[in-house]
Amino acid sequence: MEVSQENNKKIKLQASNIDVFYSHFKALKNINLSMYENSVTAFIGPSGCGKSTFLRLFNRMNDYVDGFSMNGDILIDGKNIYDNKLIIEDLRKEIGMVFQKPNPFPKSIFDNIAYGLKIQGIKDKAFIEERVITSLKQVALFDEVKDDLNKSALALSGGQQQRVCIARTLAVEPSVILMDEPTSALDPIATAKIEELVYDLKENYTIVMVTHNMQQASRVSDYTAFFYMGEMIEVGKTKNIFTKPEHERTENYITGRFG
Amino acid sequence: MSQLEAELSQLKESIIDMMKLATKQLQKAHLAIQNLDGELSQEVIHRENRMNAMELSIDRDCENMFALWNPVATDLRFVLAMLKINSELERIGDHAVGLAKYVLANQEPFNMELTKKIELDKMFEVAVEMTEDVTIGFKENDTNKVRKVFKKDLILNDILKNSSDIIGEYVGNNPGFSRQSLFLFSALRKLERVGDLTKNIAEQTIFYLEAEVVRHKVGEK
Repeated sequence: MEVSQENNKKIKLQASNIDVFYSHFKALKNINLSMYENSVTAFIGPSGCGKSTFLRLFNRMNDYVDGFSMNGDILIDGKNIYDNKLIIEDLRKEIGMVFQKPNPFPKSIFDNIAYGLKIQGIKDKAFIEERVITSLKQVALFDEVKDDLNKSALALSGGQQQRVCIARTLAVEPSVILMDEPTSALDPIATAKIEELVYDLKENYTIVMVTHNMQQASRVSDYTAFFYMGEMIEVGKTKNIFTKPEHERTENYITGRFG
Repeated sequence: MSQLEAELSQLKESIIDMMKLATKQLQKAHLAIQNLDGELSQEVIHRENRMNAMELSIDRDCENMFALWNPVATDLRFVLAMLKINSELERIGDHAVGLAKYVLANQEPFNMELTKKIELDKMFEVAVEMTEDVTIGFKENDTNKVRKVFKKDLILNDILKNSSDIIGEYVGNNPGFSRQSLFLFSALRKLERVGDLTKNIAEQTIFYLEAEVVRHKVGEK
């Protein structure tokens, strides 16, 4: 089922007829989903339903998993990201990822955020500094750390570390940000800050998020897709999914009657 | 049954209790008017306290449900509907008290000829049937039973509509009965409102069971 085209938003990512196998296990079964520019799409579903596998297809993180194979196409701005000629580094610059646990490098705050730019070969110090500061401001961290940019990122709190990781992603100017349970290791205040940030970021980015937190999906996403045992059971506008889901399985899951 | 389901089912039971009490209040108000029974009328007025206490308690339960359980989908619709049904029931209770008070304000028996002409008894009976229908449908999650009230509400509307001419004519011919006639007309209006409130309860029940908003739809309920 497709999200209807009632809005004028452009399709940023499009997955068509996706099957994923880990050796003989079929982890995803014929998934079709469009994700729109400047909107947040949340994937929900019980553990093992395939939602993280699906998310990781978008920056080809499954490529290195033993036994991984897939059918179907994933397009970003109409271009196939599984094209043989595609350079994975270029794709990862376009599609950034934020993980469940904050994973800053054991480097200074500044170097963490400048890392992506440096490995791209950018040497212009003024440009790098400008990108670092802009990225820190985007994640609302600049005022908190501006005097400590040379301190280790590992000395920051969990919530701050996660925002450093998001800033690190933003520094290379992607157009899509994938988030895999970005707040599950954070306290409610840090979580609220990340959620606010997601809300602000969608003005300029397309965000796709996996979350186990139902309220988070309902608070921050525009569209929600429910996965169950490798299938996408239902996708729709978040407000419809959380008030009037079409499928009983979706309703049972979001109301906590699963099992 | 999960804790959430237990809480939801408790909330439903409280609403059913309140529906039954509202129906009883209307029945007693009817009897009090028929028999000019001041004592029964006092009883209705007294029971209003119980009605108000139930409303407060259900309000608080709904608030707790929102705060503690973050209900979504069918659960969200259920709690929202309970909140609205609760206040409609409280208002039905108010009307029952208003009707009972006419007995205390009126010194002499209501004129039989007039009450018959304006179909006061039928008005009471249909209003009570409606609250009973909605209670059964609500209890059994049966929207067909709940939908019965929409047709019955039209009967109440018609009786009220016809009554103004009848009462007008009667007062013209019997000026001594003008005060009592006004009471009776006002009683019909209260019962007509009870019909509307019961209809609202039916709409809320359909909303939570079928996820369909039937409010303000004409002719397609």
